Amino acid sequence: MIGLLGTLAEAWSEVRVHKARVVLSLVGVFLAVFAMTGVTALGLIVTQVQQEQAERYGGRSATVSVSAYDVATGTAADGAEWDTAVGDLLTRYGITQYASIAYTDALVRFPAGTQQLQTMDVSPSYGFLHRIEPIAGRWFVDADRSSLSPALVVNEFVLDQLGGGPFTGPRAVVLGGAEPVTATVVGVVKNDGGDYPVVYRIDESGTPGRGQGPGGYGGGSSLELWVPPAQVDDVVTALTNDLGRVLPGYQVSAYRLDSPGVADGLATLRLAIRGAGAVVLLLGGLGVFNVGMMAVRQRIREIGIRRSFGATSGRVFAAIMLESVVATLLAGVVAVGLAVVVVRNLPVADWFNGGVPLADVPGFPVQAAVEGLVAAAGVGALAGLLPALVAVRVKVIDAIRY
Amino acid sequence: MSQLELTGVGREVRLPDGGVLPILTGVDLAVDAGEHVAVVGRSGSGKSTLLNVLGLLDSPTSGAYLLDGQDTARLRGRRRARLRGECFGFVFQQFNLLPRRTAVENVAAPLLYARGRAFLTRRRTAAEMLDRVGLGARLDTIPEKLSGGEQQRVAIARALVRRPRVVLADEPTGALDVETGRAVMALLAEATAEQGAALITITHDPAIAALADRQLRLAAGRLTAGVPA
Repeated sequence: MIGLLGTLAEAWSEVRVHKARVVLSLVGVFLAVFAMTGVTALGLIVTQVQQEQAERYGGRSATVSVSAYDVATGTAADGAEWDTAVGDLLTRYGITQYASIAYTDALVRFPAGTQQLQTMDVSPSYGFLHRIEPIAGRWFVDADRSSLSPALVVNEFVLDQLGGGPFTGPRAVVLGGAEPVTATVVGVVKNDGGDYPVVYRIDESGTPGRGQGPGGYGGGSSLELWVPPAQVDDVVTALTNDLGRVLPGYQVSAYRLDSPGVADGLATLRLAIRGAGAVVLLLGGLGVFNVGMMAVRQRIREIGIRRSFGATSGRVFAAIMLESVVATLLAGVVAVGLAVVVVRNLPVADWFNGGVPLADVPGFPVQAAVEGLVAAAGVGALAGLLPALVAVRVKVIDAIRY
Repeated sequence: MSQLELTGVGREVRLPDGGVLPILTGVDLAVDAGEHVAVVGRSGSGKSTLLNVLGLLDSPTSGAYLLDGQDTARLRGRRRARLRGECFGFVFQQFNLLPRRTAVENVAAPLLYARGRAFLTRRRTAAEMLDRVGLGARLDTIPEKLSGGEQQRVAIARALVRRPRVVLADEPTGALDVETGRAVMALLAEATAEQGAALITITHDPAIAALADRQLRLAAGRLTAGVPA
């Protein structure tokens, strides 16, 4: 116990007396760990952004799109027939995540006049599959399907045309036609890539004549299914064959919608980011190592004097290692803490995602924080090891004369 | 039984060309508790090597060295270091104080390797020792701000703070003027005697050697009685 206290007292005395050197080495470790942790965390967030951007268009990995058209007329399958066929198929293959998509035209009464816009009629699950994140209001929920006023989610461009200023709550809009209906805008999404209207409409509502089948599978439209990537080929083949059999006369089209290369690309990006982090840490570690070696050379005489007091080689080794590991670990903790604060407060959505909020906002990657602390301790141990070995190996009489 | 006993001790070093250079040859020496012995010799005569062997900083290549009857050849690593810290106090020619540590921190430094109460009360003990050597008012002064004589007095306090059985002084007045040197030497002899410790002084100054109970001469690695004329 006294030995440990003595080692600690000795290490503390060294830290106190050699403040400048300690701070210098701490700055090196601090910057290295901060850079590594920050870069790794940012990298993971950026890959998340990339993934979400890719999935907004193509759906989550793996999304399979399936539709059926009458070979003779080119029209979509009848709602009831489609629902029956698809419902059986989903039950048989245990697919629970799917979304229906249909494109229809609607007359929208804007203050400046009525315009015909194409609406994308989707089920609530479409938002999950495509990571749609409204910047105001909300995305569709199942309850919207039973509402007598069809729910809409529009982009900022449409909201501007509707007038009324910023979106502060549900807003009514009349969809014209033979039987006008008052729809409700429940959410707003960011303009994505230009000034053109985007209107999502809940696939079912109390509105009659929407052409839906009883199963709610988006009859007369296409369906998107979320399946395990490894099974995507089997699912496509099974869908094509099975639907072809139960929908005679229809051309069944099934294909993978998302880009399978994105996952590989992101894996490569993650690897590159981790590689960059490792290089940064290596450079920082070299700096610490240099400072440590120089310090030991400067302290060789002092080490010799301490040996004459009865300091064992183990004690000298422990004091130098302890000084290095504790100091670097302390710097590592501060660096990781600062990296957490900085990365969490960066406007990630504005910088990397065009202002679109992330659907799955990643917290500070724990992995990066743990790696940062382990790296700091590792750098401290490595940077302290060689100087400590040098200090132990030097002959006492040579050290005293040094 | 003598406190220190060297019998036929030799120390050789191997040269890069494969040859062997003898530094000490057949040294016989016995020192009793509380005795003051001076070893006089020219530069290169092996004085410092003898001191290093005595202080367990170096090992003889031949002969036997008994410390309180214990064969030091059997001491290794940790035990050797502990015994060195407990039995010996060193006073060096260049003082060898720890830079940027105050006088009291320097004197307390050997007590970092002590055990029990000695470790826990190290600062108070160091302050008392500094007071004993007349530096009670300079406890918190760093060596760089002390005169040569004051620095050597700090070194003496440091050498005595663990109450060693033997104090080994290597040219303790070599870096001081004559007057200061004599005053420091007198203090060293007095403080050592107070603790009942043996004092072995290595010096090339016959006047300093004359203060000892016994004078020995080291020439070409051989130790003989008497002081050169």
